[in-house]
Amino acid sequence: MDDLTKMVCDYVRREYLEEDDERVITEDTHLITGGIVDSFSMVSLKRFLEKKYHIQIPDAAATPEAFDTVRSIVALVHRFQKVPVNA
Amino acid sequence: MAFINSIRDSYQAELEGIRGAGLFKEERYIHSPQGAEIEVEFRVGSKPRECINVCANNYLGLSSHPEVIAAAHAGLDSRGYGMSSVRFICGTQDIHRELENRLTEFLGTEDTLLFPSCMDANCGFFEACLNEQDVMIADRLVHASIVDGMRLCKAMQDTFKHSDMEHLEEKLAEHMDKRRRIVLTDGVFSMDGDMAKLDQIVELAEKYDAMVFLDDSHATGFIGKTGRGTQEHCGVLGQIDVITTTLGKAMGGASGGCVSGRRELVEMCRQRARPYLFSNSVPPVIVAAALKVIELISRTTERRDKLEWNAKYWRGLLKDAGFDIKEGESPIVPVMLYDAKLAQDFARDLFTEGVYAVGFFFPVVPKGQARIRTQLSAAHEKHHLDFAIEAFKKVGKKYGILGLGKKELMARCAP
Repeated sequence: MDDLTKMVCDYVRREYLEEDDERVITEDTHLITGGIVDSFSMVSLKRFLEKKYHIQIPDAAATPEAFDTVRSIVALVHRFQKVPVNA
Repeated sequence: MAFINSIRDSYQAELEGIRGAGLFKEERYIHSPQGAEIEVEFRVGSKPRECINVCANNYLGLSSHPEVIAAAHAGLDSRGYGMSSVRFICGTQDIHRELENRLTEFLGTEDTLLFPSCMDANCGFFEACLNEQDVMIADRLVHASIVDGMRLCKAMQDTFKHSDMEHLEEKLAEHMDKRRRIVLTDGVFSMDGDMAKLDQIVELAEKYDAMVFLDDSHATGFIGKTGRGTQEHCGVLGQIDVITTTLGKAMGGASGGCVSGRRELVEMCRQRARPYLFSNSVPPVIVAAALKVIELISRTTERRDKLEWNAKYWRGLLKDAGFDIKEGESPIVPVMLYDAKLAQDFARDLFTEGVYAVGFFFPVVPKGQARIRTQLSAAHEKHHLDFAIEAFKKVGKKYGILGLGKKELMARCAP
């Protein structure tokens, strides 16, 4: 697991799971369709990624599908790391 | 007309999808006034049958109270049926303002503005009072109408884990760069029946210069020693900046809601809240009845005291019978089943036994958290609850769930 993947997994666990929640977050855990993150709470994850990785994710790209697994989130970060901020 | 076959087919496919997912909602026709005992036609076309109602928001039993009905009749006679106008054109009668003043006194706030519903109040408030320089920080279990209101507003959205004060503090600290911060919470959470830690929220809001927004729809009229709501229960009367609440639950149960709080915030809503500006006035008949409701509940706490007793008694009955319930003090008592299909089957069997309750499952509650939500009323007598528990026990025995804890119940969930 690379650093970025680990960072996102840790954030999801800390931000969305209760302390007594024993579910394991892997790269392929379904976050939105699995009921761990709802679309309402997804915005804090988007903002975390933008702040941490100095990127801007346009609302049109911040879809429930793109945020459904840590793997797809990591792909999203990679995609926008190539785009200069304010481009 | 452009409702061509392909369009019709596409909607039919979507509806089939909802049905296939087990999420299709059906209405049940009630042939009697709202009350502890009602006559229900279910399924449609079947003979209506009498049953005990444990799923209404009729907390104070005022929905069909004779004095409320008489006041509604008098209002209809003296002020007419409809206003045919929004409030600011020619839709404000003296009694609209009188009701707003009575609500202000009752809630201990500075001013109040009526809305057609609390859904409208929640949808209108944020956009009217906040913009992109501000941030809204909501408990993750707030009512859907608050979520919709937040979506209509340009202010930044954030959430904190349900009733987790450490998480809220982290979020408040994170957003100190924003012009205004506002913490959003329900007073009593409608699906779990637990109460917000409002005293701690107020303390944190003071520390971080934040406003507090409270939807007290499931509390106004009966939570707190004199029914002033969660703010009274938590000892923070007069310290909440915005309270939204409804006349559609304990307060007569018809419709109507309000924004009540700091004078400037209420005035901003009067100037800018779109559901207030663009929908008709609350009908005079409802205003007249609501005035009577406030008079009744200000005269005596008898009804909320009885409700408190009923809630305690019902919680005890369920626990003694071996059900897994969500702990709390409110008259919302969820009986946890965890499995969606079991919740639906359980509710259907209860109806056969003469008890009307509804199963709730995803997406209304989180996945794997299905339940029967029971709600108490001051209209319930002890014999209603004694009857209802026998039905619960009979159905519980049928499914072999009595005495099972959370882990054992969850293990029985369909994959």
